[in-house]
Amino acid sequence: MIEREQIVSKDELNAFVDGELPAERVAAVEAWLATHPDDAMKVAAWRQQAELIRARYGGVISEKPPQRLNVERLMRRRYGAVIGAVAATIAAFIVGGVAGWTAHGAVAASPSDLALFTTDALDAYRLYTVEVRHPVEVPGDQRPHLQEWLSKRVGSPLRAPDLDKVGLKLVGGRLLPGPTGATAFFMYEGPSGERYTLYCGRTKDQQTALRYTQGARAAAYYWVDANVAYVLSGPAEQDRLHAIAQSAYDQIDQHTPPQNRQIGG
Amino acid sequence: MSDFREQIEAAIPALRRYARALTRNAEIADDIVQDTLVRALRSEHLFHGGDTRAWLYTILTNLNRNRLRSLSRRPVVMPIQDNDAATGGPESGSRDIGRALDELAEDQRSALLLVVLEGLTYREVAEIQGVPIGTVMSRLARARMQIKAYLDGERPALRRVK
Repeated sequence: MIEREQIVSKDELNAFVDGELPAERVAAVEAWLATHPDDAMKVAAWRQQAELIRARYGGVISEKPPQRLNVERLMRRRYGAVIGAVAATIAAFIVGGVAGWTAHGAVAASPSDLALFTTDALDAYRLYTVEVRHPVEVPGDQRPHLQEWLSKRVGSPLRAPDLDKVGLKLVGGRLLPGPTGATAFFMYEGPSGERYTLYCGRTKDQQTALRYTQGARAAAYYWVDANVAYVLSGPAEQDRLHAIAQSAYDQIDQHTPPQNRQIGG
Repeated sequence: MSDFREQIEAAIPALRRYARALTRNAEIADDIVQDTLVRALRSEHLFHGGDTRAWLYTILTNLNRNRLRSLSRRPVVMPIQDNDAATGGPESGSRDIGRALDELAEDQRSALLLVVLEGLTYREVAEIQGVPIGTVMSRLARARMQIKAYLDGERPALRRVK
């Protein structure tokens, strides 16, 4: 009997507890435990840990999930945003020549980038502006660190514009996945708690004028400067949003080194 | 509703359970589940079959790891609020298991919970964590030894305080 006994490793003991042990080793481990009380106690303790964890958290499975996790609801918001953005893209192309901002001889945005960035930016706006406890990853009082970090991750020099003049304070920012990779997301707050966000990611386009998109309960201005697409999102009040977007646009425009800018035609 | 969305919907209760144990805070847990769902629904076009549930666990595990990294970069350490204490049983042991989980390294905690609470296989956990099965097994072994040491060592001290 002794000569047939093989040493049982700690990994095998764990696998035994988790039902992962190959069937042909189960009898050998059971025999080992019968003659090795230290290991038998470990196995009993590990099983008890598992029972405690299940007793403590197992009940969550039978709770009714909150409304905000409803898939239909999350999908409706998503589809609404896509349709809104596509419609706005078409509208922007139709009216672009008439009503577009052409301060810098802007080239047209590729419709895909406009739609993708605007959709994602509005999603992020809706997702994070309702956050009370964790709206941002890095708070606005760490502005230099925030800008340096996000510039590095996005791969372009980025500034969080100073929007004091239009009554907005920087709440902070976070990094998000976007249509073209890492994307910076800055959040601002007005005197009555209304929130605006600026979403910035790299694009192939050089430069565009401001484009307006209105979705359900939120709206956005999109523009491109020096291969960075910007989406300023906020409550759907076009005049107010326009004033904020223009302030951000002007500041970013001033800070773009001339060599990064395409000569307008 | 498509199969994909039905599978996502069916996974929500288990995702909430895992997130609750992982973060030990009901509000943060649901935030992470919501982020997970938004990312999964957004990536529907990238998903060509496979195990939806394991994929959701992967997203959630990564989001929580990222959350902890961003917390660790901040100068201020946020207190962990254990607001689910009421769900524990009456015996003193069930109060301590949550704190014992807090003491673990994130990868050990996630491996243990995926196996013990979510019932996933070692192979599935290895794919979710992006490591070989051997690494998962050593994470489990270390997690269990540490919890045992914590429960063995801390419980008498807590009893004395009462």
